[in-house]
Amino acid sequence: MSLSSGGAAPTQFRPDPEGTHPPLLSPDYASTRLRAPLKAPVDLPQRLTELTGPVLGEGLVRPGDADLTRGYAEEPVGQRIIVSGRLLDGDGRPIPRSLVEIWQANAAGRYRHDRGNWPAPLDPNFDGMGRTLTDEQGRYSFTTVKPGAYPWRNHHNAWRPAHIHFSLFGRSFTQRLVTQMYFPADPLFGQDPIFNSVPEAARDRMIADFSLADTQPDWALAFSFDIVLRGSDATPFQEGGS
Amino acid sequence: MKAEMLSTPSQTVGPFLSIGLTWEQGEFVVPDGTSGSFWVRGRLLDGAGEPVPDGVIETWQADPYGKFSHALLPLESAVEGFGGFGRSMTGPDGRYGVHTVKPGPVGDGQGGFQAPHLDVSVFARGLLHRIVLRIYFADEDEANADDPVLSALPDEGARATLIAQPDGAGAYTLDIRLQGDGETVFFAV
Ligand SMILES: [Fe+3]
Repeated sequence: MSLSSGGAAPTQFRPDPEGTHPPLLSPDYASTRLRAPLKAPVDLPQRLTELTGPVLGEGLVRPGDADLTRGYAEEPVGQRIIVSGRLLDGDGRPIPRSLVEIWQANAAGRYRHDRGNWPAPLDPNFDGMGRTLTDEQGRYSFTTVKPGAYPWRNHHNAWRPAHIHFSLFGRSFTQRLVTQMYFPADPLFGQDPIFNSVPEAARDRMIADFSLADTQPDWALAFSFDIVLRGSDATPFQEGGS
Repeated sequence: MKAEMLSTPSQTVGPFLSIGLTWEQGEFVVPDGTSGSFWVRGRLLDGAGEPVPDGVIETWQADPYGKFSHALLPLESAVEGFGGFGRSMTGPDGRYGVHTVKPGPVGDGQGGFQAPHLDVSVFARGLLHRIVLRIYFADEDEANADDPVLSALPDEGARATLIAQPDGAGAYTLDIRLQGDGETVFFAV
């Protein structure tokens, strides 16, 4: 083998500090009540399985997948936006050539999905799915339309703030993350138990910045959203036994 | 020069995950017909024993020779088409399935070996963070008995939640119980 003998020994990843992620049982988000595990998780030491991860992209990302406004006969309806940023690890290092997957509602807040059935219009020119690989500097960029808010049945008159779902792999199993990107100053934040499941001090890290610099004149508004995955400790993993 | 940065918080995949996360052939860690390949199947169940139809199961593993792919050192496995990664959306009945081969021995970092295992991430509506388990194989008694992760669990009942049982030819079964009776042992990585 292997990673260690190849001189590229992966390092252990630091645990995220308390207050980073939402508790699995967050009763205001009703679906957590029967789905959150109730036993404390068992510590799993990071060994090779945890320190390695898939190399994804080939066959998954097609040209045009980063532009959600193309691929149909017409352009989708809505405010055209560019969402871009960097994928970094917790030491500020860019993560290049890593798969980024997104999905979102259309401008009216409707998903193209069997279970998305509230009476807002579907857009025949929008499927809401995007994929890309980060470049050598860890950068990604999507062109899309701003998603609308949508109602859900969690509590009386519940509305999800506008958001884009993000799925990230980084370099290892340990860094895997799925999150949601929100838009600045959304008036719906206060009543959303999913957004508010995250400890208050960390919520800002899910909100994109409006970026005048990245707007394209006569074309699109722009938001920037950097994503940070776990950082690594200095101690390299020493593989024994083989 | 290191600038420590705080991680982006996790959020649920929500009910519409299949829009973004469905992959053609996602269940196939190895192509159909690969020598020694089999299905690992099971149901994802909630605290009331009801199926979870809006979840996704992802698996990660070594190849039969104990080798891993990694972004820093992509693997050319001797098993053709082996990528190490599987992804299965759960169906209306909560069922998942990945088609794979048994991983080989992987060092435990202390001179010994770990039993063949898949690392598994579970995402679903109602899960605000992914949860992690391992899938082991019932026909690896000896290796399982020596496995450092299984050995550290409190009792047989806990171990059993992670051990897939042979289910006819070319298949294993393991249900994943998110909560309650027989709750699967989940790990913090
Ligand atoms: Fe959503």
